[in-house]
Amino acid sequence: MMEIDIKELEKNFQKKIDKDIRIEPNDWMPDAYRKTLIRQISQHAHSEVVGMLPEGNWITRAPNLRRKAVLLAKVQDEAGHGLYLYSAAETLGADREQTIDDLHSGKAKYSSIFNYPTLSWADMGAIGWLVDGAAIMNQVPLCRCSYGPYARAMVRVCKEESFHQRQGFEIMTKLAAGTQAQKEMAQDAFNRFWWPALMMFGPSDADSSHTEQSMNWKIKRHTNDELRQMFVDATVPQAELIGLTIPDKDLKWNEAKDGYDYGAINWDEFWQVVGGNGPCNKERVDARRKAKDDGKWVVEAAMAFAQKRSAKKSA
Amino acid sequence: MEKSKEWPLWEVFIRSKQGLNHKHVGSLRASDATMAIKNARDVYTRRSEGISIWVVPSNNITASDPNNEDSLFEPAQSKVYRHPTFYDVPDGISHM
Repeated sequence: MMEIDIKELEKNFQKKIDKDIRIEPNDWMPDAYRKTLIRQISQHAHSEVVGMLPEGNWITRAPNLRRKAVLLAKVQDEAGHGLYLYSAAETLGADREQTIDDLHSGKAKYSSIFNYPTLSWADMGAIGWLVDGAAIMNQVPLCRCSYGPYARAMVRVCKEESFHQRQGFEIMTKLAAGTQAQKEMAQDAFNRFWWPALMMFGPSDADSSHTEQSMNWKIKRHTNDELRQMFVDATVPQAELIGLTIPDKDLKWNEAKDGYDYGAINWDEFWQVVGGNGPCNKERVDARRKAKDDGKWVVEAAMAFAQKRSAKKSA
Repeated sequence: MEKSKEWPLWEVFIRSKQGLNHKHVGSLRASDATMAIKNARDVYTRRSEGISIWVVPSNNITASDPNNEDSLFEPAQSKVYRHPTFYDVPDGISHM
């Protein structure tokens, strides 16, 4: 294609974006837009799927049948979210198996929060409340993302995700109002997940390499720091209400900005975990790889069965 | 895994209740139509979103070309007389 044509196509593309016209799979789009989306959507899909592991750890040890049924439903939802997202990535021409293999080889990333261990039942509360809460902050604006299939997947995900946050907050509320030991367990989980939850929004705006372009393309609607601030402002009163203490001595209300000031985030820790050196990185990827390897014969047998049956039918 | 062993892609359509049409909700992979229906039930109807499911192999769908949007759909734009609002109705006339 001639260079002048590409310039023209790019101009028309940006015009559509500026007019809030959604981009659909067969529409022309710049390669970089396609690449950015494939990277973001597949990372998002991996996060949903890897996110099942820390919670799956507690399904058999849920304190009662109600909690167990709820946790099972939540983990099943995460699998569904992964599927919506892998499908959305496929509409951009991403090869599904390749996408998954990239996770297994360490080439593709997923949310660093899932590289922390789940040490007590209270962690199920902390994850639902904080991790799903942070995910919702991120995902609600993505419902208006410029790429149609991603936006539609997010609408479904957000609808389902609000139960996740509530069930987590319910667990924390119950524990925080329980015996001294239960209260300590809730506070301990809160202490361990608060900072990693803040890191979920990604590096600060000054260090975020993709933000500006993604905002021009309306893939992203808010910067990382804006979303992080919204999360802090929403969560602090919730913690206060159930009597938990935010593990941040620098946290204080700032009248002028109508929001909370919070302490410095340990970005070294963030980059270490992103770089593969978190407490559970190896365990998580190994578990995913094992699931694929161990399930391979099922995938192949189902396909062989389908082929045999269709051959019989046409004979 | 070799390409031929990969499960094919299916498009999923759900009827949310009697009286409404099936609507496209997304896609999934399955080895055959029976499994596609089962997977669609698990993936797309966990919260009573539907009472009927259609699955269609994605490669059986023929789509119009977005580059031909103008020539395909412009003629409808220029025929405003196909809409009732094109016509003047005198005051005092109702139910028309």
